[in-house]
Amino acid sequence: MSPLVSVKTETNTYLSKLLKQFASDSQSKNLKELRDRAKSLVESSRLPDKKDEEWQFTDLSELLEQDFQLAPVAEVSTQILEEYALLETRESRIVFVNGYYSPELSNISAIDATVYVGNLKGLDEARQAKIVNHLADEVGNEKLFAALNTSGLEDAAVIWAKANAIATIPIQILHLSAPEESTKFSQPRTIIVAEKSSNLQIVEKYGVAGDEYGKVPYLTNTVTQIWLEENARVNHTRVQKEALSCFHIAKTAVFQERDSHYTGNEISIGSKLYRHNIEVTQKGEQTETNLNGLVTISDKQLADTHSLVSLNLPHGTVNQLHKCIVSDRARAVFNGKILVPQKAQLTNATQLNRNLLLSPKARVNTKPELQITADDVKCAHGATISQLEEDEIFYLRSRGLKETDAKFLLIDAFAAEIIDRISIESLRKRLTQCVACKTVN
Amino acid sequence: MSEVILSVKDLRASIDGKEILKGLNLEIKAGEVHAIMGRNGSGKSTFSKVLAGHPAYEVTGGDILYKGESILEKEPDERANEGIFLAFQYPIEIPGVSNLDFLRVAYNAKRKYHGEEEIDTFDFEDLVEEKLDVVKMNPSFLERSLNQGFSGGEKKRNEILQMALLEPSLSILDETDSGLDIDALRIVAEGVNQLATPENSSIVITHYQRLLNYIEPHFVHVMYDGQIVKTGTKELALELEERGYEFIDELVEVGA
Ligand SMILES: Nc1ncnc2c1ncn2[C@@H]1O[C@H](COP(=O)(O)OP(=O)(O)OP(=O)(O)O)[C@@H](O)[C@H]1O
Ligand SMILES: [Mg+2]
Repeated sequence: MSPLVSVKTETNTYLSKLLKQFASDSQSKNLKELRDRAKSLVESSRLPDKKDEEWQFTDLSELLEQDFQLAPVAEVSTQILEEYALLETRESRIVFVNGYYSPELSNISAIDATVYVGNLKGLDEARQAKIVNHLADEVGNEKLFAALNTSGLEDAAVIWAKANAIATIPIQILHLSAPEESTKFSQPRTIIVAEKSSNLQIVEKYGVAGDEYGKVPYLTNTVTQIWLEENARVNHTRVQKEALSCFHIAKTAVFQERDSHYTGNEISIGSKLYRHNIEVTQKGEQTETNLNGLVTISDKQLADTHSLVSLNLPHGTVNQLHKCIVSDRARAVFNGKILVPQKAQLTNATQLNRNLLLSPKARVNTKPELQITADDVKCAHGATISQLEEDEIFYLRSRGLKETDAKFLLIDAFAAEIIDRISIESLRKRLTQCVACKTVN
Repeated sequence: MSEVILSVKDLRASIDGKEILKGLNLEIKAGEVHAIMGRNGSGKSTFSKVLAGHPAYEVTGGDILYKGESILEKEPDERANEGIFLAFQYPIEIPGVSNLDFLRVAYNAKRKYHGEEEIDTFDFEDLVEEKLDVVKMNPSFLERSLNQGFSGGEKKRNEILQMALLEPSLSILDETDSGLDIDALRIVAEGVNQLATPENSSIVITHYQRLLNYIEPHFVHVMYDGQIVKTGTKELALELEERGYEFIDELVEVGA
């Protein structure tokens, strides 16, 4: 038997062991079909390894060593909630623990009837059916983990803004993991629909209910899908602050109709292994996509962001700025693709990846990539890698700042370019503190 | 007799193994203004950075006594908090740090060092407004990122603003006048003069006698290859302007 085949068998056994844990009853027919299709996709796939170009730097072998059990429903105290709940979303938040909806921890009293905020099961049947239809048109290159998520799909967080709905306050979706003594996995799912000319501001946050430095490994395999109809605007901030024992694998898929604006702010702080596939499809003219990313990692953390923005029609805009602060022996991976085919004339696209390395052992692998076949476009891309400059530190110290304070100030300044783009004040404050605390030694 | 603020004795310093300061001597008393002139590359900025404690320079000989105590072992921030201030020849631009925040952090660092309570944002803003007047700076500069996109003159004025806030005992102005138009020069010089007291003193590094019409030095020193080779009064600056540095070359050769 050739080694390749044996690997395939091994990962297949691994995946089918996960698949077996999903209950097969108690779902609508539509959902069942969807799940079955996803299941057969998973069954015919193998886990990617380092030979796969898209997984070159992100080694899943440690994941393979774990025997993950589906996480059960778990209780979380309101105290823990305080750590993650934002001031601005006290009355506009939904909470999921281990992927299960927690109505007790949720509070949507400030949300009016034009926006549905809740779980999939609580949604009216007509819209449930629509969503299931929507879910079927999964796209993109990275299908396996998303399909694994769909294979076990029972419920999801749903935000649905009706046409012309303007949500004046931000909405928070909080996905908490409650790790236990044994290795568990959970599969949160989030669905966001912004109908024609609606306006949403969303914070999607991943956190851990328990010790941030918990030792027991766990897996969060999460999928978020966002549909923007014509002229809709969605400002979406995604914060990942799981425990350092977490494997966090995520996909954010965004579909944009004409004249819509999507802004995604990706903040990644926790997890030992983080892989985020962002896939944005512009499906109409004059569509705007802004992607901002901030990754701050230390120890032996790995944070890998793969983004793919496909433009298909004229007058599209993409602005992407992805920044990483990497210390100790951590590694940041960035792979950003923007596709500008012949039909996407008059595209305006910029992509920049900036990295700040704080230790000689810190690593960055970056590949910004524009694939352009249209000829009348304005496009630019690049990547930079820098360190804290001795002269900058000296300048600050000569004004009385201690060396560590000087460094913090510079690191915060690097992060501020992204954090300042977040419109929610309490989150901005929290993140600023977080970046500083992350780099404290 | 007034107190000696700074006493530099046979100071030697090198960078990357290359000796730049080669036995420099200087003594400054409270209330005095000393000008240092000298050709490009003679070591003026090196001297100022060594005084402020730049870690890239290694002191290989001699001593620096500040208010009677050696500061060679002191960190740059300690030196700053004890009252040594360097206005940089090339102030650093730091995007993302607001000028106001930076000023407050620096001001509070000093207060903390001296065991005083930190000042809050509101009180600090009042204080800064007052100091802005010293350098005739528009308050809008406070909102901008530290030195980012500032013109040369604005950067230099910002240095003097920091000096006004931190009230140093010894300020070292490294070419604060270079490249300034006459209005900016006047503002900067008047700012420096306003801040002068009988208790503090300053070192003014310059290439141009012009500055010394506005800031009157008690002594003028000429630096040459890492040493102070001649000391005089205001008239020495005039002589240098007229005759150029060649006469210093001759002087050094004769001395050698
Ligand atoms: N990092 C370094 N490595 C080696 N030599 C250096 C370094 N930095 C400065 N020097 C040298 O030290 C000498 C003194 O430089 P310094 O900047 O102190 O001169 P300066 O008198 O301030 O000149 P200017 O009038 O042009 O500002 C120069 O010959 C310069 O090339
Ligand atoms: Mg100089």
